[in-house]
Amino acid sequence: MKFPHSSPDRSIIRGSLALLSARIPKVLSRALRAKIAHGQAGNSPPFSRGGTIGLITLLGFLCLVLWSNSLVAQTMLVRPEVPGYDPPDWAAKVQQAAPRSWWREYLDVAILGLGIAAAGWLGLVRRSRRGLLLLTVASVLWLGFWRKGCVCPIGAIQNVSLAIADANYTLPLAVALVFALPILGTIFFGRTFCAAVCPLGAIQEIVALHPVKLPEWVDHVFGLIGYVYLGLAVMFAVLGTSFVICQYDPFVAFFRLGGSLELVVVGIGFLLAGIFITRPYCRFLCPLGAVFRCISPLARWHVRIPPEACIQCRLCENVCPYNAISPPAAPLRPSARRTARQRFLMAAAMVPIWVLMGGVLGRLVGPILSRADARIQLADRVWLEERGQVEGTTDASDAFRKSGAHPDALYAEAAMRQLQYQQGGMWLGIWIGLVVGLKIVQLSRYRTRDEYEPERSRCFSCGRCFWYCPVEQKRLGLIEDLAPYLPEAREKSLQPVASASDES
Amino acid sequence: MSTMERGVGQDSARIAATDRRGFLAEGLRTLGALSLAGGVGFLAGRRGQEEILVWQLDPDRCMACGNCATHCVLTPSAVKAVQFYPLCAMCDLCTGYFDLGHLRLDTAAENQLCPTGALRREFITEQAGVPRFEYHVDEPLCIGCGKCVKGCAMMNGSLYLQVRHDRCVRCNQCSIALACPTDAFRRVPASQPYLLKRKARMLLAHTVSEGPSG
Repeated sequence: MKFPHSSPDRSIIRGSLALLSARIPKVLSRALRAKIAHGQAGNSPPFSRGGTIGLITLLGFLCLVLWSNSLVAQTMLVRPEVPGYDPPDWAAKVQQAAPRSWWREYLDVAILGLGIAAAGWLGLVRRSRRGLLLLTVASVLWLGFWRKGCVCPIGAIQNVSLAIADANYTLPLAVALVFALPILGTIFFGRTFCAAVCPLGAIQEIVALHPVKLPEWVDHVFGLIGYVYLGLAVMFAVLGTSFVICQYDPFVAFFRLGGSLELVVVGIGFLLAGIFITRPYCRFLCPLGAVFRCISPLARWHVRIPPEACIQCRLCENVCPYNAISPPAAPLRPSARRTARQRFLMAAAMVPIWVLMGGVLGRLVGPILSRADARIQLADRVWLEERGQVEGTTDASDAFRKSGAHPDALYAEAAMRQLQYQQGGMWLGIWIGLVVGLKIVQLSRYRTRDEYEPERSRCFSCGRCFWYCPVEQKRLGLIEDLAPYLPEAREKSLQPVASASDES
Repeated sequence: MSTMERGVGQDSARIAATDRRGFLAEGLRTLGALSLAGGVGFLAGRRGQEEILVWQLDPDRCMACGNCATHCVLTPSAVKAVQFYPLCAMCDLCTGYFDLGHLRLDTAAENQLCPTGALRREFITEQAGVPRFEYHVDEPLCIGCGKCVKGCAMMNGSLYLQVRHDRCVRCNQCSIALACPTDAFRRVPASQPYLLKRKARMLLAHTVSEGPSG
């Protein structure tokens, strides 16, 4: 019998050597222990004699291995040569399963771009709520169920963050475009991307069957979560921990028709809540939505409610489930203007204090965030195991020991990462402080308006407002006369915001 | 927002304020769009030797814990067992194929490790009274649980787990990577999307450099 790989196979020799060298410390320690037990350790240096024994053993083994390596090779199972039989071509089999061709990725990007353009056109030019809804369904089907909701523009934030932080991570052009297109769309058309293209928004828009208006403070307060989530996601992406937005995407389990039980339950919860509380994810959690809330006010064009002069019927304000329609507001009286200005300046002056507080708190909280890190978890586990404070081992600690690395190296790495998390926590705190401070500044701003206008930061451009607008319906020829919709007293609604919004 | 859209009868101060705001917004918009295009262009243009990265698991780090079968977003998982034939010793008593508590040395289901019967045993020849078998992974049946991989690791370790890229949907964050206890998952260039064991690499390097013996 002939073994094709037996005699010259260096891997086997190396394997035996590795096995051997692993045995030497045991030999040494056994010799040492024997010495100590016999009380000879005091006189002659124990290490040198033990070392000689080890060396002799090593040389002996080496000779044995080199001299009869074919014998050693036989103990390793070697593939026999079978005449007339060729094994299947392993490499060819693997090559068959090559990654999906990349033009399809760019096709998806093109479809996303088309979707954003279509949403802008349907919302701003055609002004068709029905068209937007159809696009919503198409988006859920294509970007959601067919493309399985991945890579999505929300998650792409993390890829971009990682690419900025880590030069070794290359950002695929397709992902870069997935990130950039919705932002460009928002810069020009407002949040029409949220309205009908984003699959996460789309699935929530579809289930919003019985919208309930929430008090406005809910939007302001819980809307801050999105910014915190954004900061966390960027921090974890930069530190290379994980992509938390993808990890906790509540709807992706539906798109993939499978996922962990917790996420499915959370997803169902979001959809059930979404029947009443419209778009809970978009409004309170979505990190990209948080970005868009800052960008959208600068949009070049934006959804307008009445096509002509507003008749102040307030139908749009009633129908908007997102608290995103601001009623007309008359200029303030001089005295009120003074207090408003004082309040604004006060809020602006508070921003640095918020930032400072956030930074200090974040630095303190940073180590808690580091618990999400796999290396730090492993270091903790190994530390506890080495000290016998926990029973047994985990797969991770087993693998670590198998790798042959020294625990001290792991501890040093973990300590360094902990410092990184402390620093990351500080920046996260600064970010949150800044967000809170600026939110208060924004809330103390007062702007005058002549007609009912979408509040651009919160408006999803869903189209409900102009769909209900009598002026629009007259333009479309659906109604003849605007008279029934005219408010009995036009002056009444021109009063300052506080009294006008109390009546709803 | 242009002044044109505004109604008549507004005082000039408000028009001026609107103009100023419009101008600022226009400037910010242009700046934002340009910096976005520039930044993203820079990041995407700063590619290294490879453009695209895909997920793969390093078989040398893999412990065959079974998470691949349970944590992939796909059912069955995108991870499958792969047979590296050059390492397989064609054993009669294959520890990747037989359950160690097997009743008899036959192919009955209760004797097999694989829960789905995806590891096929094919008789090849008999040499000096020793039967030789080839073991094939039936990929459509394989769920990537790694039981055979764990079994085979006791011997030569020719069976190992790999993400099959015809199945992988390339999640932005691989769910298995999050659950992998040994940190074996990493992003690899799409042009070389499969990883070999060190042992297998050495064997291949040897075969290439000295030519297949015999």
